[in-house]
Amino acid sequence: MSERDAAGGIHSVAPVIERRTRDARGALVGYLPAGFPDLATSIDAAVALAHNGVDVIELGLPYSDPVMDGAVIQAATQQALSGGFRLTHGFEAVREITRQAAVPVLVMTYWNPVLQYGVDRFADDLAAAGGSGLITPDLIPDEAEPWLSASERVGLDRVFLAAPSSSDARLAQAVSASRGFVYAVSTMGITGARSDVDAAARSLVARLRDAGCTSTCVGLGISSAAQVAEVLEYADGAIVGSALVKALADGGVERVAEVAAALAEGTHLTN
Amino acid sequence: MPLRDETGPYFGEFGGRFVPESLIKALDELSEAWELAKVDPGFHAELDELNRSYTGRPSIITEVPRFARHAGDARIILKREDLNHTGSHKINNVLGQAILTKRIGKTRVIAETGAGQHGVATATAAALFGLDCVIYMGEVDTERQALNVARMRLLGAEVVPVKAGSRTLKDAINEALRDWVTNVETTNYIFGTVAGPHPFPSMVRDLQKVIGDEARAQVLELTGRLPDAVAACVGGGSNAMGIFHAFLDDPSVALYGFEAGGEGTDTPRTAATITLGRAGVLHGARSLLLQDDDGQTLESHSISAGLDYPGVGPEHAWLASIGRAQYRAVTDAEAMDALRLLSRTEGIIPAIESSHALAGALALGRELGSDATILVSLSGRGDKDMETAGRYFDLIDHDAVQS
Repeated sequence: MSERDAAGGIHSVAPVIERRTRDARGALVGYLPAGFPDLATSIDAAVALAHNGVDVIELGLPYSDPVMDGAVIQAATQQALSGGFRLTHGFEAVREITRQAAVPVLVMTYWNPVLQYGVDRFADDLAAAGGSGLITPDLIPDEAEPWLSASERVGLDRVFLAAPSSSDARLAQAVSASRGFVYAVSTMGITGARSDVDAAARSLVARLRDAGCTSTCVGLGISSAAQVAEVLEYADGAIVGSALVKALADGGVERVAEVAAALAEGTHLTN
Repeated sequence: MPLRDETGPYFGEFGGRFVPESLIKALDELSEAWELAKVDPGFHAELDELNRSYTGRPSIITEVPRFARHAGDARIILKREDLNHTGSHKINNVLGQAILTKRIGKTRVIAETGAGQHGVATATAAALFGLDCVIYMGEVDTERQALNVARMRLLGAEVVPVKAGSRTLKDAINEALRDWVTNVETTNYIFGTVAGPHPFPSMVRDLQKVIGDEARAQVLELTGRLPDAVAACVGGGSNAMGIFHAFLDDPSVALYGFEAGGEGTDTPRTAATITLGRAGVLHGARSLLLQDDDGQTLESHSISAGLDYPGVGPEHAWLASIGRAQYRAVTDAEAMDALRLLSRTEGIIPAIESSHALAGALALGRELGSDATILVSLSGRGDKDMETAGRYFDLIDHDAVQS
């Protein structure tokens, strides 16, 4: 099992990321959507990530209107929905992944599915399944009161986004509202591999540090070990999504495991 | 507080901003620019002049007694937004937002469109103001509104058919939001309806309220009193909010929004969001929407591309929740019958969207009786719908040689 926080029971991702910033360059966070290409394979793939150097799993819940996602993840989540994905499958996946691997799982979800499931019920069931918390791409702290109190009550991580365009006041708000880490959006855009991870990420992370941030992971556009290493020069973690989803789509669990292992090279101090 | 004074970001429990953090700066910038513009006589002078000399405002009202015979002989008065330049009410909103685009120093505009009315209006304003313009339109809609696609391209806009999801208006909005997140430094999103994150619901309403402000005075002048009821079609709800707004604090005036019932509200092929929907978040706002138990948005259906949307503006959700406005569903068949009836009795071919309001008014007239006066928002003209209507009524000679 991974670390448990003082509140007891629930494992925050914070100690895992902190340990990796000591033992390695930093943490590798790997995204995969639940239910793609089917539920069982998505669980196997996430476990394979954990066994191949991924420190934190970001498990996406497929949603009909994913405005932050580029073509690769849209196609995968659409396929999961067409295959009959239900929210209860998401909890099942969290339970299985955390049972089979010593890896914390953060669920990435757009807000309406949580709202319809019931914010408190969602928090309870996620905690019961062994999940660490939520990444909420379309929920800003200003609108998040029900989630702030539910996550406080249950002791779940809550990861809010910070963007290069965010004002200093908004960065401070994201830092104080987040627990686990702050998701630093590397560039103005949506998910998808990019050859250059924007210089904006470096300055955003510096601004987050100025705002008192002790843990921040950079996401959007990262798809190579070199980019992981570069991001970990200044951030606590690097988040990879589309590159893993594409590997899973192209070559199944075996291929996604290889790509994860290659990306994890970017976290090694000896590189 | 008068109902007319609500400015968001919340209307009761509805509204707000449920968007990625990357968009907050742009929304703040837009809110600030809009608040400044609202109190700037220069802005209003520029917009009023365009309304007068470009759009053709004020739009007239037309009483339609031959049509009204089918509506229990109630007095029916149409507010003729169909006569505006570009053929619908959408131009009212777009010109205001185009001026705003210029004021915040952006050079590129994007928009979503369903039927193509908002896309055509945006492409028109972009041509007029010299702005780069990209229109996102669901692939299903580019097929059923091919003529409007050609109009937008002729006006110099790039039209991007959206192939994701249900390939209709909701997916076009998703794609436009993705573009905006990516290009927000140079790009303004000219949103077409009273939905979306703050400030769009109140800003679009404020730019459309000219419909009701004019119509209220025109009906008073014609009949000496306020109408008993105001009827409008509701997809996202911009023409309806535009005509309702002037009457919100007139308790004697009943407000009716007519949603697209599609093949019937007892079938899954419907777009009757307020009639059937539950509260939730879609496209940046908390409102009512068609969704399953997991909060996945349901695919809507309407014969009218402009009403084929599973969400609705938050101010409508609020007006429904407090009982100030009533919302009813009109089926595809009822709307098409009303389209033909107005064409044949009055020589006015309405858009299929607006035909939902006409069908609603027919039933309303029979309920309210011959003493009642009903003001109907004729939000757009039917030219764009000739292919759909031609097929629906079998009006096209299939063997005819096209010359």
